[in-house]
Amino acid sequence: MIVGLESWTLARPEIFLAAVTCLLLVYGVVRGEASTAFISGATSLAMLVTAVLLFMPYREGTAFASLFIVDRLTTTMKAMVLVGSAVTILMSCAYFEQVKAWRFEYPLLVALATLGMMLMISANDLMALYVGLELQSLALYVVAAFQRDSVRSTEAGVKYFVLGSVASGMLLFGASLIYGFCGGTAFVEISKALLDGKGAELGVIVGLVFVVAGLAFKVSAVPFHMWTPDVYEGAPTPVTALFAAAPKIAAVSLLVSVLMGPFKPLFAQWQQIVVVASVLSMALGAFAALRQQNIKRLMAYSSIGNVGYILLGLASGSEKGIEAVVFYLAIYLVMTLGVFATILMMKRRGVMVEGVPDLAGLARSHPMMAFALLLFMFSLAGIPPLAGFWGKLYIFIAAVEAKLYVPAVLGVLASVVASYYYLRIVKVMYFDEPAETLDAPVFGITRVVAFAAAILVAAFSLAPQPLSLIAAAAAKGLFP
Amino acid sequence: MTSWPILSLVTFLPLVGALFCLVVNGPKEAVERNCRSVALVTSVVTFLISLLLWARFDVTKAGFQFVEKADWVPALGIGYHMGIDGISLFFVLLSTLLTPICILSSWDAVHVRVKEYMVAFLVLETFMVGMFCALDLALFYVFFEGVLIPMFLIIGVWGGPRRVYAAFKFFLYTLLGSVLMLLAIIAIYWQLGTTDLPTAMDKLQLPFIWQCWLWLAFFASFAVKVPMWPVHTWLPDAHVEAPTAGSVILAGVLLKMGGYGFLRLSIPLLPEATQYFAPLVFGLSIVAVIYTSLVALVQEDMKKLIAYSSVAHMGLVTIGAFVLNVQGVQGSLFQMLSHGIVSAALFLCVGVVYDRMHTREIAAYGGLVHRMPRYAFTFMFFTLASVGLPGLSGFVGEFLVLIGTFKVNTWVAALAATGMVLGAAYALWLYRKIVFGELTKDSLKGILDMNRREIAVFLPLVLLSLWMGIYPSSFLDPMAASVDKLVADYQAAIKLARTAALAP
Repeated sequence: MIVGLESWTLARPEIFLAAVTCLLLVYGVVRGEASTAFISGATSLAMLVTAVLLFMPYREGTAFASLFIVDRLTTTMKAMVLVGSAVTILMSCAYFEQVKAWRFEYPLLVALATLGMMLMISANDLMALYVGLELQSLALYVVAAFQRDSVRSTEAGVKYFVLGSVASGMLLFGASLIYGFCGGTAFVEISKALLDGKGAELGVIVGLVFVVAGLAFKVSAVPFHMWTPDVYEGAPTPVTALFAAAPKIAAVSLLVSVLMGPFKPLFAQWQQIVVVASVLSMALGAFAALRQQNIKRLMAYSSIGNVGYILLGLASGSEKGIEAVVFYLAIYLVMTLGVFATILMMKRRGVMVEGVPDLAGLARSHPMMAFALLLFMFSLAGIPPLAGFWGKLYIFIAAVEAKLYVPAVLGVLASVVASYYYLRIVKVMYFDEPAETLDAPVFGITRVVAFAAAILVAAFSLAPQPLSLIAAAAAKGLFP
Repeated sequence: MTSWPILSLVTFLPLVGALFCLVVNGPKEAVERNCRSVALVTSVVTFLISLLLWARFDVTKAGFQFVEKADWVPALGIGYHMGIDGISLFFVLLSTLLTPICILSSWDAVHVRVKEYMVAFLVLETFMVGMFCALDLALFYVFFEGVLIPMFLIIGVWGGPRRVYAAFKFFLYTLLGSVLMLLAIIAIYWQLGTTDLPTAMDKLQLPFIWQCWLWLAFFASFAVKVPMWPVHTWLPDAHVEAPTAGSVILAGVLLKMGGYGFLRLSIPLLPEATQYFAPLVFGLSIVAVIYTSLVALVQEDMKKLIAYSSVAHMGLVTIGAFVLNVQGVQGSLFQMLSHGIVSAALFLCVGVVYDRMHTREIAAYGGLVHRMPRYAFTFMFFTLASVGLPGLSGFVGEFLVLIGTFKVNTWVAALAATGMVLGAAYALWLYRKIVFGELTKDSLKGILDMNRREIAVFLPLVLLSLWMGIYPSSFLDPMAASVDKLVADYQAAIKLARTAALAP
């Protein structure tokens, strides 16, 4: 089959990113460690250029014999992923320099992972999906263990790798079952086969369960969440920020496009799975985080809880639900980047600290930083008028419209429980007597990121409408 | 009337003041002085502007006035819709009046993090006023919940020894109730495709069983806020630990949000469920009136005693609201206003001696009348107002509520009236313990009477309480049209439901 020019045009952003990454890799190999700063800057820039390429000019369609699809939803998700990755690369520099693990491979690995994420977001075929997912995962396994002198980091890498491989295996097994029963791997073929009545066959259902389980691992939904706290805690902080931001968005996007695409006819079947995973994630995210003392681990549970809310939006299976997912993800991305930027600023006498008690009295020593974190925490807790509230409201509206009353009630109750640990951080910062103060945050990219995220949270709080328009346009992609 | 957005101005002017406070910089002393002044000026100006609302209010109209409407989040059917009627008018004024009083009362009492303190109060004022003006359910919810953030910080940062516990309890209790209300709002949105409140009042038609669920969801939120027995336990803790000004706002305005919520949302939107659940409200309120009055009798902490008395007084408010006749509802509103002023003043009275002695133990005081005659007078004035002495504000509300209740159910009225007797018992007991008797304690021998600033704090409250007691018509007349409409609409809805049920 001849691949037309159109295919190359549609995949233009991915091709650009891949080409730049290869060139930078060559450059890095030639120049050695000296090129690290340049390469990380160039990679971030390339990602932002890629994000621009997504929209200028904007095209829709399928490419490469419909292995690859581009529509509003994929484009929006890719833009979020690119922003998340680019920002975390920029924030990594100071951290890795300090622990003396600053190597040029890091930005390149992140770029490759991002490329994988873009491929999986655009996947329109189980094969393409798997290839994208593995490109992403393999790069991320390495990144998790990047601080190779640290036991915690390597442990995180190994854990992530082993558990991730199991999940990939499950996904692959499910995919092969579906291929066997539906006679094709392309989403269009699967959808057609399911509409023709293949949906009732047990093999398809089992395959679906395995595929969903594999993807649930990637979004760290309960009961496939076990890796999350350990990996979040063990991985170097900038890498944790990356994990919390970019791959999560990509995996959610993949879950949405798989379930709302080819498996739409099996909605009644997968809805049950997603609802259960959603409720369990919300509950676990709320309860398990209550007593965490490490802020990265706490954020891990928080992210599990947030995935629960996102899945509730997905479980509603309506256009509103998908809008809610996109909307929530965008706000989640901003809040997460902001929180991790703040965590990256937590240093005492030049050493990174990450305990919740280390924040004691932050409101007096660093009022701006404390205020930013206060905004993020209340926003994560979903207290109006902050941005996180609108995300939750959107999700619950979708859930109530889909008659998911019980999960919605459980969801709001979980959010009350969860608000306790977000408040606890506020309490430590504002109510407690100052411990030994943290170092003054130096002016740098992390500070800019934290500041920008705080501004964005404030802006979304007052004017959620533009974001909801973007979300609505994105969701239209799935509901032509 | 739409020449300039007066409600938005009243709502957001404090926020502007808060921004000013935030940018104030310089040496510590100067910052504190400037922040205090900025906060006071802003809140006084806000109050003066809000008086315009009263002056220009058309008492003949039952509907909403000063309406402002704009799109906010059309994707979710949420609009920025503000307006007030006779029910909300005085709550707005109460909020704008109490804020400058709070700021003035903490002039010398608060020394740590003054800037943040003032910012918190101004932000709080914005949320409070916004809540009473909001005519969109989502907007209402945003303001209703937003109040939690500054209040949490006020209790937690400037509170007493157990402030962390109290702050969390306050926050989580209220949040738990409120999130259920959020679901109810979503359900209404789902029915109507909009969260606009007047539209919902006109068009919302729900099956009875749905009304009951939504009513309970609203009830969860408002009952905690009022607070009704048995979900009142956050209130004594929050009051005891909060700084004086925090208590004033809590008792003065935050509790009213619950009563206001019943009148604004539960009753007009869900009339049949209101009728169905009214006995429940009566039962809980009577328990609140009698039980918490008894509990108040044995308190050793002044603030805790007044906190329990608040629960008892608010019990009367909920009874009045749910008897659903004109006297009851007017009495309920009037009682809320009166309580807003009187209990706020009582907390300020506690604050006066607390600032001097740094204890709230009743046993630590006695015989203050010998050293503090002005204080003794003020305290007595408000004690009697709280008890319901005719001629002072407390009487009018209680009397109207009891009249309204007698019409509906004699037993409820009789039991509620016992609360008044008990109320007199604990209030006078408190007063006697603190003010009368011999001045025997050495620590009290050097105590000073109220200074000019403190008199300035109390004077407006004294005058207002007298005014409300002597000439209540100034306050009841603007309410009348809106209350009549509320009651008439409710009765029409009940009648309609009854005929529908009787029809074959």
